[in-house]
Amino acid sequence: MSSGSVDVIDTVTLASQTADQAQPYAQLGLEDDEYARIHQILGRRPTQTELAMYSVMWSEHCSYKSSKVHLRQFGEKAPASDALLVGMGENAGVIDVGGGLAVTFKIESHNHPSYVEPYQGAATGVGGIVRDILTMGARPVAVMDSLRFGAPEAPDTARVANGIIAGVAGYGNCLGLPNIGGEVVFDPCYQGNPLVNALCVGVMPVDRIQRSAARGVGNLVVLLGAKTGRDGIGGVSVLASAAFDQDTAAQRPSVQVGDPFTEKLLIECCLELFERELVVGIQDLGGAGLTCATTETAAAGRSGMRVHLERVPLREASMLPHEILASESQERMLAIVRPGDAALVLSLAQRWGVHATLIGEITDGERLVITWHGEAVVDVPPASLADEGPAYQRPMRRPADFDAIRADDAGKLPRPHSATELRDTLLTLAASPNLCSRKPVTQQYDRYVGGNTVLAQPADAGLLRIDEQTQRGIALAVDGNGRYARLDPYAGAQLALAEAYRNVATSGARPIAVTNCLNFGSPQDPEVMWQFEQAVSGLADGCRTLGIPVTGGNVSFYNQTGETPISPTPVIGVLGVSADVTKRIPSGLGNVGDAIVLLGQTRDEVSGSEWAWVAHQHLGGVPPVVDFAAEAALAAVLTDAGAARLLTGVHDLSDGGLAQALVEACLYRRRGAYIELPPGADAFMQLFSESSARALVCVPDNAVTQLRQLCAQQAVPYAALGVVTAAAQLELHHQFTLNLDELASAHATVPTALR
Amino acid sequence: MSVRVGVVTFPGSLDDRDALRAVAAARAEPVGLWHADADLHGVDAVVLPGGFSYGDYLRAGAIARFAPVMRLVIEQAAAGLPVLGICNGFQVLCEAHLLPGALARNDHQRFRCQDQQLIMERTSTDWTQGYQPGQVVVIPLKHGEGRYVADSPTLDELEAEGRVVVRYFGQSPNGAARGIAGISNPAGNVVGLMPHPEHAIDPLTGPSADGLPFFTSVLQRLVA
Repeated sequence: MSSGSVDVIDTVTLASQTADQAQPYAQLGLEDDEYARIHQILGRRPTQTELAMYSVMWSEHCSYKSSKVHLRQFGEKAPASDALLVGMGENAGVIDVGGGLAVTFKIESHNHPSYVEPYQGAATGVGGIVRDILTMGARPVAVMDSLRFGAPEAPDTARVANGIIAGVAGYGNCLGLPNIGGEVVFDPCYQGNPLVNALCVGVMPVDRIQRSAARGVGNLVVLLGAKTGRDGIGGVSVLASAAFDQDTAAQRPSVQVGDPFTEKLLIECCLELFERELVVGIQDLGGAGLTCATTETAAAGRSGMRVHLERVPLREASMLPHEILASESQERMLAIVRPGDAALVLSLAQRWGVHATLIGEITDGERLVITWHGEAVVDVPPASLADEGPAYQRPMRRPADFDAIRADDAGKLPRPHSATELRDTLLTLAASPNLCSRKPVTQQYDRYVGGNTVLAQPADAGLLRIDEQTQRGIALAVDGNGRYARLDPYAGAQLALAEAYRNVATSGARPIAVTNCLNFGSPQDPEVMWQFEQAVSGLADGCRTLGIPVTGGNVSFYNQTGETPISPTPVIGVLGVSADVTKRIPSGLGNVGDAIVLLGQTRDEVSGSEWAWVAHQHLGGVPPVVDFAAEAALAAVLTDAGAARLLTGVHDLSDGGLAQALVEACLYRRRGAYIELPPGADAFMQLFSESSARALVCVPDNAVTQLRQLCAQQAVPYAALGVVTAAAQLELHHQFTLNLDELASAHATVPTALR
Repeated sequence: MSVRVGVVTFPGSLDDRDALRAVAAARAEPVGLWHADADLHGVDAVVLPGGFSYGDYLRAGAIARFAPVMRLVIEQAAAGLPVLGICNGFQVLCEAHLLPGALARNDHQRFRCQDQQLIMERTSTDWTQGYQPGQVVVIPLKHGEGRYVADSPTLDELEAEGRVVVRYFGQSPNGAARGIAGISNPAGNVVGLMPHPEHAIDPLTGPSADGLPFFTSVLQRLVA
């Protein structure tokens, strides 16, 4: 890239002497004014290596330059929380869950690499989020995945979907992390841009939280894990920070290649280092690799750092300094250790079969100096890369079609009326790509490893025991709905939050914290930027109302094909605490003879629904009303009823409404149901509306009074719908009866792409 | 007296902690064994747990069989030490020639995790005395390479000698030869199976407690 021969390394000295040399900053994704600012910071032109470092660290992916002015709302509107031990800004937030334990969780996207190379893209997406959790000092204990693919019958969807699912499975299974839930959604808007959002959760003693700050002059910098290769160079600036064009196949070298076995050893090695208190500071190597890890640790510690780059173990000896610094080779961590502990650290790493190399030391002052065989190739203030990147207030504009789409109400669409029509609609929906069984996907995931999985898919939430003595546990749910967000990004983000919150409550756990992955189109499109701002506001306002803080998350921009962005897709993860997992509310229908009760209010709300999409390929109107007071009240009833062991079964109502909830509840443990819909109301509306803040519960006769009292206290509408039966059928009185085999066979339909 | 049951941790073992928990649930004393230590620490029985030892590089179990600890396991198994190989542990036992045959890629080519019905056949081994012949149990399985294969004479011999310990009941999850899920050596002290009994010791965290007798059986055998 320099004007001379590639063998000539561009040093700091050379850069000072050749101030006017033209540099390819535009090709590296830097704007004119950004390049000028680098000059100003350094007082000279950057070296080739420095230029590469600024280009990755100031990329959208690393610097959040378009989003950070909006993301501040999460902090500004955050409700007071005693439980929050580490908030946003570190690799992942940390929550005190009681009993001396802390939990850290986060969701992150790996969308673009997963389109280019589905298996490796998804696999390294899992690997990356797992290292974020490890970095906080926690043992990773479970993963979840929220996946979105194009139309199931489109030719390319099979390649993308099967590769991604196998990648999530391959990496997570090999790490020994149970996959306890997630989402799989098909929609044409994700055709050229699938979404792979991976969540990881970890647990640690509260006193073992690790920080990234590199402190203590003379302390040593240790690079742990895999050798550094040319894979993934420029991943963040090339793939994650620009829109796709026709040449994505040529970008395949930008996708990292994962080795879960190395990661497993790295995890065990790091946990032993934490346990023995040998680590002063630690940071994983993810996007922007060593560049990001060295600058962020030095900046966080307000320290200087010297790195001897030639000491980095390489897969390819010919790698140049800027390549070593930009490589996104997986399964690497950077640790800061005291000099007296270095020998022990190296021997422990060797015991685990993990490469460990002393590559530098903490220095006085606040300069990051990187040398290559003795010559300085980088000499920068680390904060200028890590914290002082550009921030833009991008223009925003309400989408031109916003009002027209909202006026296009799904309520006017022709509805099924007769019993036969309703029956057929129920079966069609149960067999449709977004509502049919997720088993072809989830049976590729190990949900048992670790021996602490109390609930996993297809339960509404995952529930894990984290303490075998006290039976304390945590629940997790992850939800998103791009169609709702397309109709109204503010409400769409809130509906995703409401659903994840509700799903956590159905396990009997109390929701306490939020993580989010915001998948949007190009921030340079004012209409996308408006959607983004609306979604962030909706989420921040919702979290304040529900009293649970956002603890961290991730923004993924440039999810679009050509000029067409995906539907805005905020994916929200909610964490809950269970004081006693043995009191979990069982999923699906309860015991024969138990009453089936609908909690919550049903309105005529079908705009943006699965019915509107499946029956009419319609997307228009206003999404369901968001009522956080009703959500909180419903959650309170569920957690109180769960703690008192009143309930024998539960299922939340969401996509597909009551009809789909009944199908899934019946099939969960193959129990029958006799249902009488409330008199007077339109049966279609009762069955297929997607009103929020609702759940189906099962309650034995002797607990009905108590449940009614709880609902009265919380003002949650209570409607007795029917009873669990021994007959293998779903009977809707005055409507139709379906035997469970028919239901099961419809629900077992495998989407075309997954066959 | 306390019976001590060792669980080997190889690099890449994943269900080692689960196996230790199952040993404890059976009221034996769990003892962690390290792959690189040529020392069994005087344990009365050994479990080779599930996982991806050495990343399953080369072939599942192919590298683990050469671990220093395995030399002792192989030696003492010949002298009657009860050894249970679960999933990856079964693969290691086959690679170590303590059991015949091999585990190949599932016929559908995908990893499969599901609650599996199994039928117990040989209940005279050190690890299955707590079951009744013909008993149907539900135990999870989770593997990508679990299709048991062996040549016909070997399969005939296994069946003739009653060394098929457990078979899949109903549809096969992986296309295993003759529906074989687990086998034993002639003496019955070495048993390998693909399903995971350690994930079925408590209905709270598994589909059943049907797997617990594997761990209590060896206790009865050793105390008797």
